Amino acid sequence: MIELRNVDKWFDDFHVLKNCSTNIAQGEVVVVCGPSGSGKSTLIKCVNGLEPFQKGEITVDGVSVGGKSTKLPKLRSRIGMVFQNFELYPHMTVTDNICLAQEKVLGRGRQESEEKAMTLLTRVGLSDQAAKHPGQLSGGQQQRVAIARALALDPIAMLFDEPTSALDPEMINEVLEVMVELAEEGMTMMVVTHEMGFARKVANRVVFMDYGEIVEDAETEEFFGSPRSDRAQQFLSKILHHI
Amino acid sequence: MTFDFGVIVDALPFLIQGLGLSFLLTILAASGGIVLAVVLALMRLSGYRSLSLISAAYVNFFRSMPLILVIFWFFFLVPLIIGRPVGGFYSALIAFTLFEAAYYSEIIRAGIQSVSRGQIAAGYATGLTYAQTMRFIVLPQAFRNMTPVLLTQGIVLFQDTSLVYVVALRDFMTATTIVARNEGRLIEMYVFAAAVYFVICFAGSLYVRRLQRKHGR
Repeated sequence: MIELRNVDKWFDDFHVLKNCSTNIAQGEVVVVCGPSGSGKSTLIKCVNGLEPFQKGEITVDGVSVGGKSTKLPKLRSRIGMVFQNFELYPHMTVTDNICLAQEKVLGRGRQESEEKAMTLLTRVGLSDQAAKHPGQLSGGQQQRVAIARALALDPIAMLFDEPTSALDPEMINEVLEVMVELAEEGMTMMVVTHEMGFARKVANRVVFMDYGEIVEDAETEEFFGSPRSDRAQQFLSKILHHI
Repeated sequence: MTFDFGVIVDALPFLIQGLGLSFLLTILAASGGIVLAVVLALMRLSGYRSLSLISAAYVNFFRSMPLILVIFWFFFLVPLIIGRPVGGFYSALIAFTLFEAAYYSEIIRAGIQSVSRGQIAAGYATGLTYAQTMRFIVLPQAFRNMTPVLLTQGIVLFQDTSLVYVVALRDFMTATTIVARNEGRLIEMYVFAAAVYFVICFAGSLYVRRLQRKHGR
């Protein structure tokens, strides 16, 4: 479903992604982890073309992301994305946030969009917040709305860029629960996160990045049980053994 | 010396006509200026070097010219080029619009830049095009952030409409001057003019301050 082949990216002189390759099959959940600055957010933003890359190829459902004839808006509308800072539109209500792209990109009517929004809000447990503005919601609620906004376009895959990193600890679970449910329903997911509990529970594979390289790309059990590289071992021991 | 404010009452219809022209010019030039300014700001931020340079040249050019000179051009030079007179009203309106656009575009550019890049990414990620992202996500937020500054610039524009006397238009200031000369009541009329400008502009600034407080919350 999502294929990355030998992707290289530079920010001017800085080599942020080095020869990155991995595959995410349909229905697979892949967690991308690694120290901050390792390039994981940049990598996931390359998948839907929010970040350009200079070498290699990324295809989603057979469509080349960097291809000259690729219509990026069309491709993006088929890939949902959830951001670290939610990025709900503050000047619109929750419902309008979820309806905008349905109407403007998919060309759905207002009523159909609103019904879809309401179904999804019910699913993430926020049907009573539909008329509010994002500023009136907690972080956890905002992130659940953001997930609903992405799902409203019936995506073939979902990208999560550190979806819980900006949340207060007591709100992390409400977001993770929605994501677990999504994974169990068979959604193809690429998730950049430090939530190792989530990775253990639902990920099929874990990709570990450091200094712009994919250092390890392993089945979840294998990754947590016996990581091959020293860097992955060090990383795991640091984040699994908090004081 | 005695003051005779009765002269104002007699001249009131004439003065209100002038005030109407001042308002009309302000509103038309501000609206047109803002539309042109959005285009200039988007050109400046487009990332295309040529568009950006054209916009920058435009802004720098008009900001380096006295407004009164721009009004003169459209009154005297443009008719030479197109072969017929433009008329006082249109030359003033075009001059104000083009001139204000330069100032507005800098305000709008800052307003667009005040919207976080994450918002743009969120729009793109749902498949919206550049134009849709600007129209539905960035510009509404940018305008909300910059309404107070735009209004302040509008107040300045209202004051600047007094310059149209140079093309023989009867705005409020010109009407006041005509009455003052005809009736020989310079002091009364100019005190009155000052009071009117003060009340209108001060009320405008109070409104701007209230908007800013509302935003600050």
